[in-house]
Amino acid sequence: MTDLLITAIFQENLALTFFLGVCTFLAVSERLETAFGLGLAIIVVQTITVPVNNLIYNGFLLEGAWAWLGLPDVDLTFLRLIAFIGVIAAMVQILEMVLDRFVPVLYRALGIFLPLITVNCAVLGGSLFMVERQYDFAESVVFGFGSGVGWALAIVVFAAIRERLKYSDMPAGLQGLGSAFLVTGLMSLGFSAFAGVG
Amino acid sequence: MASNLRHVTAPLVENNPITLQILGICSALAVTTSLSTALVMSLALTTVLCLASTTISLIRNHIPNVIRLIVQIIIIASLVIVIDELLQAYAFETSRQLSIFVGLIVTNCLVMGRAEAFAMRNPVWPSVLDGLGNGLGYSLVLIIVGSIRELLGAGSLLGYTILTLASEGGWFVPLSLMQLAPSAFFIIGLLIWVIRSHWVTQVEVPKFSLKPQRARE
Repeated sequence: MTDLLITAIFQENLALTFFLGVCTFLAVSERLETAFGLGLAIIVVQTITVPVNNLIYNGFLLEGAWAWLGLPDVDLTFLRLIAFIGVIAAMVQILEMVLDRFVPVLYRALGIFLPLITVNCAVLGGSLFMVERQYDFAESVVFGFGSGVGWALAIVVFAAIRERLKYSDMPAGLQGLGSAFLVTGLMSLGFSAFAGVG
Repeated sequence: MASNLRHVTAPLVENNPITLQILGICSALAVTTSLSTALVMSLALTTVLCLASTTISLIRNHIPNVIRLIVQIIIIASLVIVIDELLQAYAFETSRQLSIFVGLIVTNCLVMGRAEAFAMRNPVWPSVLDGLGNGLGYSLVLIIVGSIRELLGAGSLLGYTILTLASEGGWFVPLSLMQLAPSAFFIIGLLIWVIRSHWVTQVEVPKFSLKPQRARE
């Protein structure tokens, strides 16, 4: 379990090794504070959706899941994309309402980023990896949490670097997006050094 | 007709979805370790993008505004499922290599972005062309990155040997960095640099500029 956690955070970092959620990663990393808020939201959503999708996949979609109803041949796995997206959208919506009601401070801090998580490929990617690697329920909780933490760590570090980059004097064509790509590449190299950890 | 043709040609380089609009980067980086996966992914995405634009543009006047995102996502997800099943049926090996990234076309911001920004507001024909143009612009970047990575990382293109490897009696020592994740970031970063050196209007204005240094006396 500890192995899985460390692997999910460092070695198989969703953003830097699998390029998941890179669009958001590049677009929302101009300021450290917003990056931190988004990272926090991703951790929460990821920790909830991956296990829930695990239950839904094993309980409804997998071949033989309907055997108790006398339908052992029904195989609904092709529906997993729609099912997962539906779960993610619903979870984000519920989380939004719960936060608004009980933790308004965090709700205001996250703002627009909460609904946008629905279309972040890191979240859907986490669920699809869970299916591909056949995690059981406990593993999927650990994997969801770990991959969320890894993504959050990456975006916070990246935002901190970008804040300093604003003051650097670089060629005009590299200004902004170009340099962001190069820095992400260097960070990705750095993270691959974790391969020996754990 | 000329204006319609613009919808196809503009996104190729000048308004490229990856290097300027920052759309659809996730999948672009991950599937480019070899040219063949890049080609299959380009084909899949362009097909989905064209069909999604057509469908959404056809029913754009009947979609209530409040639930338009859900409708778009469901249309896109259905199309992706069809493509995914087709790939698994006819190109199983490639589909294994692409792993989860075909499924991730659902959340590819390029498809959603063009549906939301273009197909919701324009008639069918321009929407199809816009989808095609953006798909081709995306494919162009994928093919360039895929070629560079496969050529320098494995000395071959589409599996055919171009540069004979040192281990097989040739002279070429493959750069293993090209097979790793970071190289994709570097190549796209440098590509953006090249494009922006040519189309200077794309250069982002720095938010903070350094004061010119005063000459020391």
